[in-house]
Amino acid sequence: MASTQTAITVAGLRKAYGSKQVLDGVDLAVPTGTVFALLGPNGAGKTTIVHILSTLIRADGGEIAVGGFDVVRQADEVRDKIGLTGQFSAVDSLLTGEENLALMGRLRHHPAAEVKRRTAELLEKFDLVEAAGKPLATYSGGMQRRLDLAMTLMGDPEIIFLDEPTTGLDPRSRRTMWDIIRSLVARGVTIFLTTQYLDEADQLADRIAVLDQGRIVAEGTPAELKRLVPGGHIRLTFGDTATLERAAVVLDAEAHDDDSLTLDVAGDDGVRSLKDVLDRLARASIEVADLSVQTPNLDDVFLALTSQKENVR
Amino acid sequence: MSTLSYAAADATTMLRRNLKHVQRYPSIPLFVAGTPIVFLLLFVYVLGGTLGSGLGGTRDDYLAYIVPGVLMLTLTGGATGTAISVATDMTEGIVARFRTMAISKGAVLTGHVLGSLIQTMAAMLLVGAVALLIGFRPTGAPAGWLGALGVLTLIAFSVTWLSVAMGMNAKSIETASNQPTFLLLMPFLGSGFVPTDSMPDVLRWFADVQPFTPFIETVRGLLMGTPVASGTMLATFIWCAVLSVGGYVWALWLYNRKSVRA
Repeated sequence: MASTQTAITVAGLRKAYGSKQVLDGVDLAVPTGTVFALLGPNGAGKTTIVHILSTLIRADGGEIAVGGFDVVRQADEVRDKIGLTGQFSAVDSLLTGEENLALMGRLRHHPAAEVKRRTAELLEKFDLVEAAGKPLATYSGGMQRRLDLAMTLMGDPEIIFLDEPTTGLDPRSRRTMWDIIRSLVARGVTIFLTTQYLDEADQLADRIAVLDQGRIVAEGTPAELKRLVPGGHIRLTFGDTATLERAAVVLDAEAHDDDSLTLDVAGDDGVRSLKDVLDRLARASIEVADLSVQTPNLDDVFLALTSQKENVR
Repeated sequence: MSTLSYAAADATTMLRRNLKHVQRYPSIPLFVAGTPIVFLLLFVYVLGGTLGSGLGGTRDDYLAYIVPGVLMLTLTGGATGTAISVATDMTEGIVARFRTMAISKGAVLTGHVLGSLIQTMAAMLLVGAVALLIGFRPTGAPAGWLGALGVLTLIAFSVTWLSVAMGMNAKSIETASNQPTFLLLMPFLGSGFVPTDSMPDVLRWFADVQPFTPFIETVRGLLMGTPVASGTMLATFIWCAVLSVGGYVWALWLYNRKSVRA
């Protein structure tokens, strides 16, 4: 049995569909009680990993343990510990919200009174009391997603898989979802999240792995990943082309954009390089119309990591 | 609780779910009961005079002759409905969720079978009531009628397992509605509407070996109080066992093998 400190361990995971290798040797470890985000573009294999970890499909190779149990040999033990809210709504669209929750409660073999109590509790918590008796056809996307997650929680899972939980939601519903996820983490639940939104991973995750072409191309904390992309830069905007060209000479910067009158200057060490740039411009009496400091975000990391691979091929 | 009582509890939960679907969207059961009633009326009032005299009797004799066949049509129509609802259900995200839960094996399928069986039996009772209303008089003993009900339930159960498997096997909802079509023809290619000895040789051979002929002959004998050959009765039970076990194994294999909708 795996250590109780590790909720999910994956070693050498491979999966192919026909001749297409979807996952090509993935290794992951998710400590108990943390949020792990799997980041990747469409088609990177994120959902395939979630489906394998949640016992929906089988891997071609590799050792995979979830909650200390093997996903193939001990699938039922794994299923007792996990919950999945997928990219596609896993709700019964012909039933009402309340009936969906009660269905989950009965399948978890809770006594009738407890099913009732927990259904009421979850409807309240997920702000679905008013809609409880209505068919799902009348639910908005955000409501369906909340119900979906509430159904997952009916089983008190220790490990929750969230496959793109906010894709297609409006910004407000997305924030609600983030708050719910944070409250789960506070209760000690382990969360395995996939997303194509970098800010989502940045907001929620303790650790992030970047998946591209079926391989993990980078892994670490959000801060560590941001450090992978060297330096930020200072973006300067000038009043006219002549000023822009003078500034380019003074700062010895080549990459200038004539149309937008902006100049990007590398600024690896923050305030010191900013002061240096401004001093040099002041000495040459060049007026700056606008200035901003760009720090690397996960978008830069993502593009840098995935485009490297593009060049290799 | 033991594994067995969990299995029973899960199957009951799934049955409740399916019955709720039917209650909310009753178009399929209405269609299942409506079609054989239309056939019954057509055959009795449009064709019954001529076909009845062909059997050496009257329109009423022909009505008595075709009731078991029309009941089989109800059952095969129900099979189409079952296949469609299973195929539809497999496209629902909730089934993917069921697979990630520790639910006893086959509960989803058993729920479908029991739900469909209840619908099919209700439709058969309705069709039987219409037959009585237009003058059908089963001349057998009440014990025979009960026996007929029991045999019909057994046949419906077996054919339903087969149609659940066909619904699982269908690539789309359209194919699910087409696959059981051959079942609809079976009562016609048996002794449902005319005696098999009036058919050309090849057809008669097929009619005599296919399962619906013993099904129809057994039900007819029990309803009308005419003797049923022991071979016919035995063939009925063997076919029921083959269809239900075969359907169960096939359906469960498909359920376990089929990966989620991607």
